[in-house]
Amino acid sequence: MAFAQRVAQAVKGAALMDFVGAFGLAMKYMVRPKATIYYPFEKGPLSPRFRGEHALRRYPNGEERCIACKLCEAICPAWAITIEAEPRADGSRRTTRYDIDMVKCIYCGLCQEACPVDAIVEGPNYEFTVETREELLYDKAKLLDNGDRWEREIAKNLELDAAYR
Amino acid sequence: MDLQAIAFYVLSAVTIGSALMVVTARNPVHSVLFLITTFFTCAGLFVMLGAEFLAMLLVVVYVGAVAVLFLFVVMMLDVDFGSLRSGFARYLPIGGVAAAVLLGEMILVASAVGDRGAAVTTHYGASPYSNTEQIGRVLYTDYIYFFEAAGMVLLVAMIGAIVLTLRHKPGIKRQVIADQTARSASNGMRIITDVKIGQGIDA
Amino acid sequence: MNFWATPVGWSLMTVGGVMAVTVGVLVSLAFLLLADRKIWAGVQMRKGPNVVGPFGLMQSFADFLKFVLKEPIIPAGADKIVFIIAPLITYILAFGSWAVIPFAPGWVVSNINVGILYLLGVSSLGVYGVIMGGWASNSKYPFLGALRSAAQMVSYEVSIGLIILTVILLAGSMNLSTIVEHQAGGFWNWNMLGGGGWKNWPLIVVMFPMMVIFFISALAETNRPPFDLSEAESELVAGFQVEYSSTPYLLFMIGEYANIVLMCAMLSVLFMGGWTSPIPLPFLHLPFWLSEVVSFFWMAVKMGFWFFMFAMVKAIVPRYRYDQLMRLGWKVFLPTSLVCVVAVSAWRVFVVGS
Repeated sequence: MAFAQRVAQAVKGAALMDFVGAFGLAMKYMVRPKATIYYPFEKGPLSPRFRGEHALRRYPNGEERCIACKLCEAICPAWAITIEAEPRADGSRRTTRYDIDMVKCIYCGLCQEACPVDAIVEGPNYEFTVETREELLYDKAKLLDNGDRWEREIAKNLELDAAYR
Repeated sequence: MDLQAIAFYVLSAVTIGSALMVVTARNPVHSVLFLITTFFTCAGLFVMLGAEFLAMLLVVVYVGAVAVLFLFVVMMLDVDFGSLRSGFARYLPIGGVAAAVLLGEMILVASAVGDRGAAVTTHYGASPYSNTEQIGRVLYTDYIYFFEAAGMVLLVAMIGAIVLTLRHKPGIKRQVIADQTARSASNGMRIITDVKIGQGIDA
Repeated sequence: MNFWATPVGWSLMTVGGVMAVTVGVLVSLAFLLLADRKIWAGVQMRKGPNVVGPFGLMQSFADFLKFVLKEPIIPAGADKIVFIIAPLITYILAFGSWAVIPFAPGWVVSNINVGILYLLGVSSLGVYGVIMGGWASNSKYPFLGALRSAAQMVSYEVSIGLIILTVILLAGSMNLSTIVEHQAGGFWNWNMLGGGGWKNWPLIVVMFPMMVIFFISALAETNRPPFDLSEAESELVAGFQVEYSSTPYLLFMIGEYANIVLMCAMLSVLFMGGWTSPIPLPFLHLPFWLSEVVSFFWMAVKMGFWFFMFAMVKAIVPRYRYDQLMRLGWKVFLPTSLVCVVAVSAWRVFVVGS
């Protein structure tokens, strides 16, 4: 067996059979439909659970949801969230400062899991590149602005995902 | 002055200049690079003499292969340039003698060529054959024994070099690619059943 | 007196020819580079560059601008002069070798008698660009890459030389135009199939493997995958090009691709009949200029075929390890091509007769 097998092996090698086979396979793949999408103009589908850029949401009446419980700050494994809070004039407890260092953030989604009022969420936006590092240090105004901007998508995603929670 | 003369003077000036730089350059790698330039311009001079076959051989053999090995060796060496240059005065007399002998020989050859005319014309005279064919006709007829002797010398040198460097160390696992590619599921794998708990398997 | 025979006219004509070949090669390189990327992309089920211009046709020009407008960085410990000269050498030699390639009958800048030796010589000089670049960078990865590629190129030069010998033996000349004319009259006269009609067909046993070995050696000679050990990006980052940036890097890149296309031209000229048509078309009675254009067309088609093969090999073959590469060159290709030289010589002497 061994000798005949060796001879067959040598003949196959000398005839570049592996190369010919690979060539045929490559030609087959070349005429297949492409797996690429034309990214800036076409986008792939996103799961409702996609964890992208952060946003702070508001209630429909315009009141911000965050009650400064600091659960997100406590659970954040990257220590990316910084919160300072004091009672507001009407007596409710609200944040005066809500910063997320997007450079530290690892997009684990634990903050939105921890939040009891669905205030901090990770939205579907993944195109938030900036030109300087400082722009990635988000403050409360930026996060609330994100919330206003993406509210429709975020609400829809939460609704779609609610069945599985 | 026609184009040929201009080309000749440019080529020879570069040849002499770079040959000087070979011995005066501080960095040995630069020396070798200048040596390569010298070879290359020499090839250009050969072309001007009508010996294009010789020129190409010079480029292929010396520039393309031999000088690469020079460069290899020189680049890999960790040379202390200071100590290299210290013996300059000591070796000057010997070097001077060698240079003088070479100069004398070159003058002799040049005067002999000057007497008989250009060296291009062989005893076949102005033949209709191309340069390559001419060399072949001389090399494989009149000088066949010398040619074969040179070939034998080179062969012996090659075998000698291989014998000197080739050593088979025992006790080393070597890769045999043919063995590896010859493996298949039938001879490279076996299925073991009935393994007793806590006893493992013999290999 | 004819103006074109005077020194001035001759110089003008030569310069014109050189310009035509250089510009033609450069422009076609731009599109071949794109074709290369498109072919890999196709094999990997991607689309490849398709944003710059229609179908991405302008991609290479965009890349060119990007390279030229960047800042050339010269490392502090580098040997500045050698560092700058190295890419220039690669570039100039890559284009210098195009001087002897015949694109069509008479379409050659310099129709010298030892054209094939000239090609061999110039391609053997190409190793200096790599080795000088690697040494002058004064850094470990470039140096390792340069050493690897120098040894590799010198090794494969030997088998290329021997393979070229078989073609020279068949054609009886070292002039590339003569070699092409020797194969004229149809594909059965190509050196690939024995070179010289039906009666030489037994030589196909020798010459077809010779062509394949030449192709593989050409891959090694131009540092193309699967033999791109000098720039193996997974181990040596980019080999001898690590420290290069901007225009010097661009020169290396263009030189490399010019060499690849040159190897395609050599494969077409030596084994596939260069500009000659695979099927003789004497019944067409084309006007002179049109027949020249048709000749050029055939040459371009053959070169395109070989370039496609180069690109496919890059797409489908995994990289060799260094000892495997050396084993293949010295222990497989060298003896095989040596035996083939002897076989072809014997055929010439005993079968064809002198």
